Amino acid sequence: MARVVVNVPPRAKRGEVIEIRTLAGHVMETGFRRTQTGELIPRDIITQLVCTYNGVEVFRAELHPAMAANPLITFTTVAAESGTLEFKWTGDNGYAATQSAAITVV
Amino acid sequence: MSPETRAMQDDELTGPAVFWLLDGEALWKRKEGPAGAACASCHGAGSMKGVAARYPRVASGRGVNLEQQVNVCRTERQKAPPWAYESRELLAVTAYVARESRGMPIRIEWNAATAPFLEAGREAFNRRQGQLNLSCSQCHDDNWGKRLAGSVIPQAHPTGYPIYRLEWEALGSLERRLRNCLYGIRAETLTYGARELVELEFFLMWRANGMKLETPAVRP
Repeated sequence: MARVVVNVPPRAKRGEVIEIRTLAGHVMETGFRRTQTGELIPRDIITQLVCTYNGVEVFRAELHPAMAANPLITFTTVAAESGTLEFKWTGDNGYAATQSAAITVV
Repeated sequence: MSPETRAMQDDELTGPAVFWLLDGEALWKRKEGPAGAACASCHGAGSMKGVAARYPRVASGRGVNLEQQVNVCRTERQKAPPWAYESRELLAVTAYVARESRGMPIRIEWNAATAPFLEAGREAFNRRQGQLNLSCSQCHDDNWGKRLAGSVIPQAHPTGYPIYRLEWEALGSLERRLRNCLYGIRAETLTYGARELVELEFFLMWRANGMKLETPAVRP
């Protein structure tokens, strides 16, 4: 089942600033909450999102426990050349998700 | 509804409910149960358009909401076990079906068949209940637009269920929302699928007649 979604414009002009939207389905359990019997619910969050554009890192975000569930991260980059954007999320308990999107620059 | 929430709702590609819609699409096409049938085996592409705008409906003398109809299909056609209320699967398929009717006006008819359910729902809507001795209408008819603990009181038109509620950080059904309100006025929180809840859903949908469905909506 789908757990990550990215939205990258398929075409862009060279030098144009493009907006990239990423959404990851995740509970983002803070690690501060307790169950009704008082036991601490262990932390389970996404800790990092890295975006590379044709192998070059263009964006990196470190996430912390105050993030809401299903974090939507939007950022911009400059459309330099045609190619692929690779997204990689990593987190607690071995969480890892990858997604890629192609872009044509004219 | 704040502009930020509206923007989340209008964002079809990266809105928070997108995971449920994608799951719902996968489940819609997956063969289930000994009958070896998927939802898509009977219901062709586009056949669900407008369906959610006509629910709840009366079937063999009972009020049936969309979630219950999904489970009726599962048990009777697919011969598969029903999904639990508020389970990810049930919400996903319900949202996927209701998404087809997005933008279409709600159409609940008040006729001989539906009248008993609508009357009962109206009576429940106007009845004071719970330790706070409040009726639905005292907030949602008399005081909508004012604030209750910082939140704006809405007119209680269920136009976007199942909704992604920021407070829940997940998708949830109208029954879950009604149970929230019942808990809030310290009344008995009826069990999922209870006749009284379906009647109230029925009346609320009739009350919202003509309003456009916006499933899956985003609310605070």
